[in-house]
Amino acid sequence: MNKPWLEISVGTFIVAGIAALLMLAVQVGGYHLNRSTDTYRLTALFDNTAGLAVRAQVTLSGVTIGKVVAIRIDKNQLMARVDMDIKAEIDYLSLDSTASILTSGLLGEKYIGITVGAEEASLKHGDQIADTQSALVLEDLIGRMLVNMTQ
Amino acid sequence: MINLVSQSLQWLGMITLQRLTLLGRAGLMLPKALLVWPSSQAFERLLQQLYIVGVQSMLIMLVSSLFIGAVLGLQGYTVLVDFGSEEAVGQLVALTLVRELSPVVAALLFVGRAGSALTAEIGLMKVTEQLASLEMFGVDPLHRIIAPRFLAGLIALPLLTTIFSIMGIYGGHIIAIEWLGVYSGSYWGNMQQSVSFDADIMQGVVKSLVFAVVVTWIALYQGYAAHPTAKGISVATTRTVVLASLVVLGLDFLMTALMFGR
Repeated sequence: MNKPWLEISVGTFIVAGIAALLMLAVQVGGYHLNRSTDTYRLTALFDNTAGLAVRAQVTLSGVTIGKVVAIRIDKNQLMARVDMDIKAEIDYLSLDSTASILTSGLLGEKYIGITVGAEEASLKHGDQIADTQSALVLEDLIGRMLVNMTQ
Repeated sequence: MINLVSQSLQWLGMITLQRLTLLGRAGLMLPKALLVWPSSQAFERLLQQLYIVGVQSMLIMLVSSLFIGAVLGLQGYTVLVDFGSEEAVGQLVALTLVRELSPVVAALLFVGRAGSALTAEIGLMKVTEQLASLEMFGVDPLHRIIAPRFLAGLIALPLLTTIFSIMGIYGGHIIAIEWLGVYSGSYWGNMQQSVSFDADIMQGVVKSLVFAVVVTWIALYQGYAAHPTAKGISVATTRTVVLASLVVLGLDFLMTALMFGR
């Protein structure tokens, strides 16, 4: 071939484009090549999930251990049922763990914080977290404060 | 009165038929050009076009992406700092670029940088009867001229778009972290949490693929169908830029509504 510079520059261009896509995936998208896809499913019933979204984080002591995969109404109990996928290596959440819906910052996103209890046995795939704390709804809070003030 | 109505109906019908004929011709051009077994020199021609369409467009993409990212970082910061959430500037820059600005602005720049050149080149080939002489030699000009340029556009624009995104994010990084003093951990951390690979990055890539097809197609067809006069080429080049830009913006809205709307 008589034009090596042309081929070299086109090759560099293609490599740069693919490298840019990889960088987007890893550095911007936070995509891990060897991410452990092994998870197990936990559910929890909340009175109110206001503001919680699918893909929201599930944390333990502030460390992300999973994500919310579905939020729907449980027909029998008329409460919100939240399904979470927890990383398989986090297999030491005790049976009496608490799940609460928390807010990061004053106006930030809602996430689920899990607090571990004292029980020896731990939660397994398909288990339900019994002890839950609902999202903080500003209107309820103000309403309660008004009631207190008028008493 | 009836005469007027029938005349305007006739005019409307004529316009519609003309447009449909154009669309049909443009639609026939691509399969005719592409559905042929590639010859031995096809790869070399593709390489040549990739150089012209892709490599030579790099500089304008790099410079404009850095500046667009920088402006996004600066503007985002001035608004977000009022709410005390300036760490979210990374998320803002990345999502804006990856979802919308990179595909659209890269496609618009590509229209101006490469599309207009393609139209003018093919139009001039037509004026100087190079296309006709190719046919005399028994070489299909669609296969020889159109196909490598179309494929080159199809490959180059998505690559340029991803390069645009990453350079824009670094442009925002330079402004937000080096200049305005946002903590770099939260710049990247917030970004990684909110940008998803499948939902945001891949959809941006899909958009840029669609734009690549449409833009290159319009540019090539306008050149191929240009009136073989000096004025014809100027009209065709203008039409390429105007039509392709409008189609990119319109399709972008449509795709955004389909991908992110509910």
